Amino acid sequence: MLIRIDNPWIVASIACLLPLFWLLFQVVNNQLGANPIEAIHIRTGDWALRFLCITLAITPIQTVTKWRGMTDYRQMFGLYAFFYATLHVLGYVFVDHGGVWAAIVNDIVQSPYVWFGVVAYIIVLLLAITSPTYAKKRLGKNWKKLHRFIYYAAAAAIIHYFWQLKGNLFQPLFYLTIIAFLLGFRVAVWFKNRQLHKLMIPRGRKSAVNDR
Amino acid sequence: QRWPSLKKSELSGDLGPVTPDNVVKNYTNYYEFSFNKEDATELAQQLNTDNWDVEISGEVEQPGKYHLEDILKQQTLQEYIYRFRCVEAWSMVVPWVGFPLADLLKSVKPLSNAKYVKFTTLYQPETMPKQRIKAMLDWPYVEALRIDEAMHPLTILAVGMYGEVMPKQNGAPLRLVVPWKYGFKSIKAIVKIELLKRAPMTSWNAFAPSEYGFYANVNPSVPHPRWSQASERQLGSGFFTPRRQTELFNGYGEQVASLYSDMDLRHFF
Repeated sequence: MLIRIDNPWIVASIACLLPLFWLLFQVVNNQLGANPIEAIHIRTGDWALRFLCITLAITPIQTVTKWRGMTDYRQMFGLYAFFYATLHVLGYVFVDHGGVWAAIVNDIVQSPYVWFGVVAYIIVLLLAITSPTYAKKRLGKNWKKLHRFIYYAAAAAIIHYFWQLKGNLFQPLFYLTIIAFLLGFRVAVWFKNRQLHKLMIPRGRKSAVNDR
Repeated sequence: QRWPSLKKSELSGDLGPVTPDNVVKNYTNYYEFSFNKEDATELAQQLNTDNWDVEISGEVEQPGKYHLEDILKQQTLQEYIYRFRCVEAWSMVVPWVGFPLADLLKSVKPLSNAKYVKFTTLYQPETMPKQRIKAMLDWPYVEALRIDEAMHPLTILAVGMYGEVMPKQNGAPLRLVVPWKYGFKSIKAIVKIELLKRAPMTSWNAFAPSEYGFYANVNPSVPHPRWSQASERQLGSGFFTPRRQTELFNGYGEQVASLYSDMDLRHFF
């Protein structure tokens, strides 16, 4: 019997979970190289960052293409960013540190690059908690203000990535470029709107007086 | 190829099981080839380690270019099982094959004003891609020790590991191993050893002086400016195994602490 999967939400969800399945497959088959725990950190962190980029890319894509098909999925992509970030944190706490809290607290205190990770995660966590429609209604105007913090989360995540490395900066530079582009788009739109806004304001009273 | 009949050195500590060799062979920081530890394994195979010469110069009675073969004829190789602690907070237990650096230095008769020993890695841009594009560090790679550190019995020159000839990615044909210091001090593919009156500049120290000190002694209470050095991931350990608590001087304090008895280790990190 064939099961028809014609619900795009289900298809998208499965697609978003593929990186996790692939990672689990590699863990089980011992394909993660000499330092599998580091590989898990990198993989889950990368996917959290990728989903953050995808989430941030939706507004620009929509503006440029005038195609609104993806807007409905923005929340889902944002939640998957949170999902992979959570796996990243759980991996740090339980896989790398074996849940030894004294060591974890000490490590966080002494490692400035982790602070930025913590900031990014707290923001994404707050956004995930306030993601349901119920929370959106309750927060009213503040919801949008709160959810703009995703920009800070992206910035913190990039610093977190950069700061732990000794040399190889290609990958963080790649994500930095993408995020700079996505955030730059917002700045450009904001600037353009401001210019338009200025044009639409009626001329000042002084000139009006002169005109008379 | 394997080294014949090796005796285990008495300096080998009881460090538990050695790290599986395939882990050590596929996880190397060899920035001349790649910034990626796993890629370096394949790229380093281009290196030609035959007919290797080591130039010994500076404050010695017998400077000169020595064939590695001739150097090895004078030395008795032993197996040294040491913990290797990287500045990136991971560690391995490696059975090196080598001989004391002190024995080589004594054979060329250092002069009394030799205070530092400088080591230089091969400079061969045509086989080493990161040297070719002048990436990051000022090539060739340079490291150095104070003369008493260089003469310490724990300090060895290694020509192999796991009973075999040194794999190219691990620093063939001749590398330094200083077990109480972070791994970057243990320079690979040595072509030059100079005895000097003054401390030379070293590669990582020059690149980021606030992050990588000249001494680079393993010290859990002096964090790297960006990450903690309190603990380390032991490669080859299972999932959910907690990290190991890093020890002062990587656990070799009993043998080496006296070298630094009058020094502030926070300042001279």
